Amino acid sequence: MTYLAKSPWIVHYDGSSCNGCDIEVLAALTPIYDVERFGIVNTGNPKHADIFLVTGSVNEKNREIVKNTYDQMPEPKVVVAIGICAATGGIFRECYNVMGGIDKVIPVDVYVPGCAARPESIIDGVVQALGILEAKRKAMNENPGAAKKPAGDAR
Amino acid sequence: MTKQIIVPFGPQHPVLPEPIHLDLVLEDERVVDAIPSIGYIHRGFEKLVEKREFTEYVYIAERTCGICSFIHGATYCQGIEQIMKIEVPERADYLRTIWSEYSRLHSHLLWLGCFADSFGFENLFMAAWRIRERILDVFEQTTGGRVIQGSCKIGGVRRDIANDKLSGMSRDLDSIRKEIGELTTVFLNDDTVRHRTRNIGVLSRDDAYHLGAVGPTARGSGVAIDLRKTGYGAYDRLNVPVITDSCGDCYSRCYVRCKELFTSIDLIQQAITEIPDGPIDVKVTGAPNGEYFMRAEQPRGELVHYLKGNGTKFLVRSRIRTPTLTNIPPLVKMLQGCELADVPVIVLSIDPCISCTER
Repeated sequence: MTYLAKSPWIVHYDGSSCNGCDIEVLAALTPIYDVERFGIVNTGNPKHADIFLVTGSVNEKNREIVKNTYDQMPEPKVVVAIGICAATGGIFRECYNVMGGIDKVIPVDVYVPGCAARPESIIDGVVQALGILEAKRKAMNENPGAAKKPAGDAR
Repeated sequence: MTKQIIVPFGPQHPVLPEPIHLDLVLEDERVVDAIPSIGYIHRGFEKLVEKREFTEYVYIAERTCGICSFIHGATYCQGIEQIMKIEVPERADYLRTIWSEYSRLHSHLLWLGCFADSFGFENLFMAAWRIRERILDVFEQTTGGRVIQGSCKIGGVRRDIANDKLSGMSRDLDSIRKEIGELTTVFLNDDTVRHRTRNIGVLSRDDAYHLGAVGPTARGSGVAIDLRKTGYGAYDRLNVPVITDSCGDCYSRCYVRCKELFTSIDLIQQAITEIPDGPIDVKVTGAPNGEYFMRAEQPRGELVHYLKGNGTKFLVRSRIRTPTLTNIPPLVKMLQGCELADVPVIVLSIDPCISCTER
């Protein structure tokens, strides 16, 4: 983790999950797993965040919120889909109000398996996302015109 | 007249782990009304009973909610067993009760943490969740899963717990009781906590009763309802005290949950001393024909599973009424008249579980 120039902050949104993955995301922040020691902070504000953690699938009502949250995050950003529901809809995929995985709405960089995903695999997914984030940052610095940089972004 | 403004609260909000949306009608800093709207995590899996066999639906019933998953699974199984008139072996009843009470411990500790977070006491949040991990370790050792256990099935349970493991769990609970004692002392006696919770979000006994509050929300207002008293599972053989408090504010609801932690530990230890040896499941043949309302006490209150079968492998209807849904009208009542800065504390005080609510 030494290559990290910045402390990556995460924002979490619960699509239509059963809650199992959400509490495991929170558990990853608490003393046993404690990702805060790496500077990873759970923020409620998408404009402060680098990594977007989504649990659960999308439906007609929350797709706009997922999209909105994603759009508000500054570049570069990565999306981690946590749990099988966020990947495909999982056990609920045949329900009438489940559209499927969140990749139907926003691009996903890392898929974390599990029902419910374990904190260890969530942390593993976030670490992989950090690599992708760094690569995106590098690509952005080399070619500043390629990614649209929101106004007022100090980085 | 002061000008009214509407402030949206949620669905994506720092104190809410799950999305619920409230339109708060404000006059200056005072909330005069709250208009809830739900539906962000509605999946509609009640309809899946038509596509899944009744034995497979246990897994879906369990995933109603990741916090009280075991109780959902057990309630569904008990409902089906009532329709099919299956006698569950006594040991299975006790094991279900032990896991249910562990679920309550884990849920209440989780809630205490989130509640502390809602009034900005980060350290307490971490302390509560650290103890909670010890409960999850027990789940992992006995069922293989941390939050979704999958150990309940129609006709009994899937796994047994060896007797020496059970007595080990009982001894472990003594040290957990000590840690919880220290934790709840802070919640109940600390000045800063008291300042944020006393006389905040008051719900009178009459309102709690008439608006249909359930669980610790009702018991915090002095309504002594506890479904465990109906004696499902092994509860008829155990001594279940009902804990109530009379003030009806956030502190009372916190008090009830803090004391219930100790009740749960007592119940588990009592169950471990009384658990009989024997088989853990019976063979299930045939299919359910008939209907049943199964009621059980979840950490948040009364849970109802209505099940109807027509003699085939597929049920005709499943209806789940969860405690948070019935606690939303009392929540709206509590919010009327409070200050905007207290809204997160009050919303958290009913222990909202939106995944349950919207199914």
